[in-house]
Amino acid sequence: MVYNEEIFVVRKGDPMAAEARKSADVARLREQARKLRIEIVKMLAESGSGHTGGSLSAADIVTALYFYKMRHRVDEPKWPERDRFILSKGHAAPVLYGALALAGYFDKSLLGNLRKIGCPLQGHPSSKLLSGVEVSTGSLGQGLSIANGIALGLKLDKVPARVYCLLGDGETQEGQVWEAAMSAGHYQLDNLCAIVDLNSLQIDGRCEDVMRIDPVGAKWQAFGWNTIEIDGHDMQAIVAALDVAETVRGRPTIILAQTVKGKGVSVFEDKAEYHGVTPNREELAIALKELGE
Amino acid sequence: MGGREETKPQTTTDFCGQSVATRDAYGATLAELGAAHEKIVVLDADLSGSTKTAKFAKLFPERFFNMGISEQDMVGTAAGLALAGKIPFASTFAVFETGRAWEQIRQTICYSHLNVKLCASHSGLTVGEDGASHQALEDIALMRVLPGMTVIVPSDGYETRQVIQAAAAFDGPIYVRLGRAKVPACLPQEYTFEIGKGYSFGIGRDVNIVAIGIMLPMALKAKEMLAQSGIDAGVINMVSVKPLDKELLLEAAQASKFIVTCEEHSVIGGLGSAVAEYLSEQNPVLIKKIGVQDTFGCSGPADELLQLFGLTPESIVETAKAGLAQK
Repeated sequence: MVYNEEIFVVRKGDPMAAEARKSADVARLREQARKLRIEIVKMLAESGSGHTGGSLSAADIVTALYFYKMRHRVDEPKWPERDRFILSKGHAAPVLYGALALAGYFDKSLLGNLRKIGCPLQGHPSSKLLSGVEVSTGSLGQGLSIANGIALGLKLDKVPARVYCLLGDGETQEGQVWEAAMSAGHYQLDNLCAIVDLNSLQIDGRCEDVMRIDPVGAKWQAFGWNTIEIDGHDMQAIVAALDVAETVRGRPTIILAQTVKGKGVSVFEDKAEYHGVTPNREELAIALKELGE
Repeated sequence: MGGREETKPQTTTDFCGQSVATRDAYGATLAELGAAHEKIVVLDADLSGSTKTAKFAKLFPERFFNMGISEQDMVGTAAGLALAGKIPFASTFAVFETGRAWEQIRQTICYSHLNVKLCASHSGLTVGEDGASHQALEDIALMRVLPGMTVIVPSDGYETRQVIQAAAAFDGPIYVRLGRAKVPACLPQEYTFEIGKGYSFGIGRDVNIVAIGIMLPMALKAKEMLAQSGIDAGVINMVSVKPLDKELLLEAAQASKFIVTCEEHSVIGGLGSAVAEYLSEQNPVLIKKIGVQDTFGCSGPADELLQLFGLTPESIVETAKAGLAQK
């Protein structure tokens, strides 16, 4: 199965047809994001362990990547020309697992075994155990360097594929992120698009209280990146930003996506305490009701 | 174009019988391999002149990535290049490669089992004048503990060349420990390196000296000195520290019931520990470890530092005799 190639062909042709298709896409993607959130809360409630807030905040971005922008093949996960996705904020594994399951990489029934012994759905993604995961992540700050390396390799081989890397905002407190930011600028990696899930919260509280990361945009610009600031829950904006990023030449693009931690479920929204806490039975019922399940 | 000319494969020596630093043999072999294998890419962290990756960089600039002074990013980028199907060699000083970037090596390279070659120079005391901050005495311990990591410590130029060729052909993470100082040639022409295999210079009846790196020529000298005292000593080059050549080790332990290990590394966690871990379970014999005794190094000329820290043929002889008296 090939995702999005049809869209890709249309986009190269008639601009009006492309626009019409895109607005239809946005409605489809919103629905897909709703389904993804349902899978996230269900698997976390079942598991009783995992990261709720940061998975929900990234659900719209990950949906746009897997069901709109990225060219990938479910029946050929190692297709050399696939676009790559690196989940640098590896604790948001449920959003990746949900997307992979909905795309068809494995059966949805596996989601209920998240974090159980013998299940390939480890607490943080393991590429050795789960097909569709590009590289194991979980220790923050390392994904962007990996994405850079893939982007360099693709450029050497003149493969037109693109690399996407999702970081958390708290994660950008790691020094290695800025080493990698410098390298991507230096090597002009225009086949790379990073996205920061700016949900403003980390385990110990608000990022601005724990360790200020602002001004975010100015920092990335200073490192030679093209920056795009969007509402990370506005599907139209996400789609547009990903499209623009693909047209930028000579430098990497970073999408700074303002999000709400726990987005989509009122009891979890904007609460640091739901960083690593899963929904209990009552919360799951509320979540499923609010998500229209 | 002069540049074109330079990319032609060079005729290189195999370093057999030559006294060179292992880092020099590494640099030359890498350049040679680069001509034959398009997939080989090289990364360095601003030390290409010292690690000798500069030779590759000059010949294949499009396949060389200087990452600046950022070892963690270098290791992560190497991981990404491996994911893109390349064969990356990432080099800097051993202390930075294994220490500064240890967690990146653990999390990204070993956990995902990526095909990255970590070839670090300036290991051990023979860094010399730069002192303790730059003398890696813990790198073998740091790499050996990682699941799926292979740890190789070549002794001379001839062996290094074979090790680097084997590393390029091998699929998986590998750490190769290289040195700054020129070392004498040790290994004979007929020697062939193989991951997981050591090399015996004869098994001794009284004691067997298991050595790596710059300690191998000292062990061979000690063997001669011990022979003059009527002591039959054997010498094993345990180039493959992980996986260890258990068969050869067992043979040596059974023959002499006494092993002396020699390494330019802390006596904690390195070759001596690997040998002791295995033999204590399989065939307990007396083991004495020569190495740096749980302390930092210091500045000074390399040869004087080796004297100061007791890494000499004389100290091997003394230790062997003390062990025999204890048996």
